[in-house]
Amino acid sequence: MTAITDVGPIPATRTTAGTPRRDRRPRGTVLLGVLAWLVGLLFLVPVAWMVLTSFHSEADAATNPPSLTAPLTLQGYKEFFGASSGASPWPALANSLSASVGSTVLVLVLAIPAAYALSIRPVRKWTDVMFFFLSTKMLPAVAGLLPIYLFAQFAGLLDNLWWLGLLYTVMNLPIAVWMMRSFLAEVPSEMLEAASMDGAGLVRSLREIIMPVVAPGIAATALICFIFSWNELLFARVLTATVAQTAPVYLTGFVTSQGLFLAKVCAASLVVSLPVLIAGFAAQDKLVQGLSMGAVK
Amino acid sequence: MSAAVETGRPVPKDELRGDASPALARAAARARRAPLLPALVFTIVMTQLPFVATLVISFMNWNAYYPDERSFAGIDNFRRVVTDDVIWDAVVTTVELTVTVVVASVILGLLIALLLDRKFWGRGIVRTMLIAPFLVVPVASALVFKHAIYNPEYGLLNGTITWVWGLFGDTTPPQPDWISSFPLLSIQLNLIWQWTPFMMLILLAGLQGRPLDVIEAARIDGAGSWQIFRSMTLPHLRQYIELGALLGSIYVVQNFDAVFTITSGGLGTANLPYTIYTTFYNAQDYGLASAAGVVVVIATIIIATFALRTVSSLFREEGGR
Repeated sequence: MTAITDVGPIPATRTTAGTPRRDRRPRGTVLLGVLAWLVGLLFLVPVAWMVLTSFHSEADAATNPPSLTAPLTLQGYKEFFGASSGASPWPALANSLSASVGSTVLVLVLAIPAAYALSIRPVRKWTDVMFFFLSTKMLPAVAGLLPIYLFAQFAGLLDNLWWLGLLYTVMNLPIAVWMMRSFLAEVPSEMLEAASMDGAGLVRSLREIIMPVVAPGIAATALICFIFSWNELLFARVLTATVAQTAPVYLTGFVTSQGLFLAKVCAASLVVSLPVLIAGFAAQDKLVQGLSMGAVK
Repeated sequence: MSAAVETGRPVPKDELRGDASPALARAAARARRAPLLPALVFTIVMTQLPFVATLVISFMNWNAYYPDERSFAGIDNFRRVVTDDVIWDAVVTTVELTVTVVVASVILGLLIALLLDRKFWGRGIVRTMLIAPFLVVPVASALVFKHAIYNPEYGLLNGTITWVWGLFGDTTPPQPDWISSFPLLSIQLNLIWQWTPFMMLILLAGLQGRPLDVIEAARIDGAGSWQIFRSMTLPHLRQYIELGALLGSIYVVQNFDAVFTITSGGLGTANLPYTIYTTFYNAQDYGLASAAGVVVVIATIIIATFALRTVSSLFREEGGR
C-alpha cells in the first residue's frame, strides 16, 4: 500500500520556473513505472492469450503446459466462418450491426431534443425528469422481460430485429439523455442569446453554435450506446431465434462441449469483440465521459 | 420541488411569469416541453407498462405448460417467493457477487489509477492495455475465461502451474478444477477483471482534476505522502468513488452473461437475474417469475433511493457551478 501511495520527491517538471531542472530519477519512480507496466501486462494476459490461441491449431491450443511458440494458422477463423459446418456467423453479425446502429441512431434522435429541453431551454422540474430517466436504468431489466416476451408473442414480434432494436433504444435512452444534457449544459448561453437577437432561428443556432460544442459529446454518446447494444445477451437470447439472432447469441450457441474447440472459441470471441475493441480504442478519451454518463469529463 | 429549478441554469423570469396572457405562457411552456415529450413518452411506455404487467401477472396462477389453469392466485406467488430457498439463495448470491466485484474493482482501480497518475515511460500504452478488458464483449470474455483459462486440462491457469512446477523438476503439479472448486470466485474474477478498468478510468479522471497547487503547498509545509493521500486526495476522490460504485452496482447486480456462460447458474452461483430467467424461460412459471420480479423491483427501489441521493448531491454540485 505505502509503496504505491508514496509518490516520492516532486518531479523536476513540477518545479517553478527559474530553478534548474534536474533529470535525476529516484529509484522509487522507476520501480513504480515498472510496476504499472506489470499490472498492465497482467490485465492484458487473457486478451493476449485469446488472440494467440485463436491463431493456433486445435491440437496446439490444448496442450499443458501451453505451447506459446506453436506455428500460427487461420484454421480457427475458417472453422468459425463455417469451413466444415457450413454455418455462417455473418447473418448474426449483420443483425447485431443493424440492431446496434439502428438503435443508436434512434436514441440520438430522441435524446438530443430531450436534452435540449432539459438544459438550454429547460422545462419546469427538469431535475425530476432527469431522475426519472435515471431510475428506469436502476430497475432490473429482467423484471420486465416476461411481459415484453409475452407482448412480442402476442404481436408476432418474436424473432424480430426491429423489436429488439426498440428495446435497445429504451435501454440506452436514459444514459444518452444524461450524457447529452451534460454536454448541452456547456453551450454558453450568452452566445445563444446573441444569436437569437441577431434573428437566428432555432435551426441556425443549432447548426452554428450548438453543434460545434456538442459534436464530440454526440460521438461519445453514440459510442457507448453502440457498445451496450452490441454486448447485450439476455434480451436477445429470449426474444430472438434463427432469423434475428445477434452475434452474442450466435456465440453461445456456437460453443459445443465436444472435442477440441479452444482455437475456434477464441477466434469466435475475438471476431465478435472486434467492432467494440476497434471503436473503444479509437475513442478512448470518449469512453470515460460515456461510462460516467457525462459526469466525468 | 420549485427549488429544483434553481439548481440549474436560471430560467428567464419573463418567460415563466407570463403576465402578458396566460394563453401565451401556456403556449411557451408547451414549446419548451415539445422536444422532451417523444423521449419521455417512449420511456414511460416501454419501461412502466411492462412493470405494470409484471405486477398483474404476479397475482396470477399462470404456468405456460398448463395454459388452461390460468387463474387469480392472490398472494400465493409472493408466499412462494418468500419461502422459496432457491430465491433466497439467489438473493444472497446476488449481494455477494455485487459487493465483492464492486469493492474489489474500486480498490484495484484506485491503486492502478494512482500508478497511472504519474509520469513514466509508455504511460499511454499501459493505459490502453488496461482498457482492453472492458472492450471484450462480456459473453466472449466469459467464454474465454471458462474454456481457455479455467479449464482443468488445458486452461492457461493449470498450464502455467505445470510450467512453473516443471522448472523445478516437479512432474506432478496440482491441477485444480477451478470452476468446480471455486464456482463463485471464478465468476467474480472474470467480472473484477472486466470492471477494474472502468473504475480506473473514472478515478484517473478524478485524480487528474485534483488541485495540484494545494497539494504542492501541503508538501512544502511538510505533509507526508500518506498524509496528503488520506486528507486531500481521498476526500477529493470520494465523489468519483461513489459514482463508480453506483454505476458498477447498477450493472453488476443485473449480471446475466457471466453466470449464464461460466457456470449456467450451477454450484450455488445462480443470482437473481439468472433465477428469474430460468423460472420464466425453463420452468415457464410466469406467476412466480413475476412475483420474484416485483420483489426485486421493490428491493431495488429501496436501495436506489439511497443511491439516488448520492447522485443528486453530485448533480447539485454540478448545477451550482
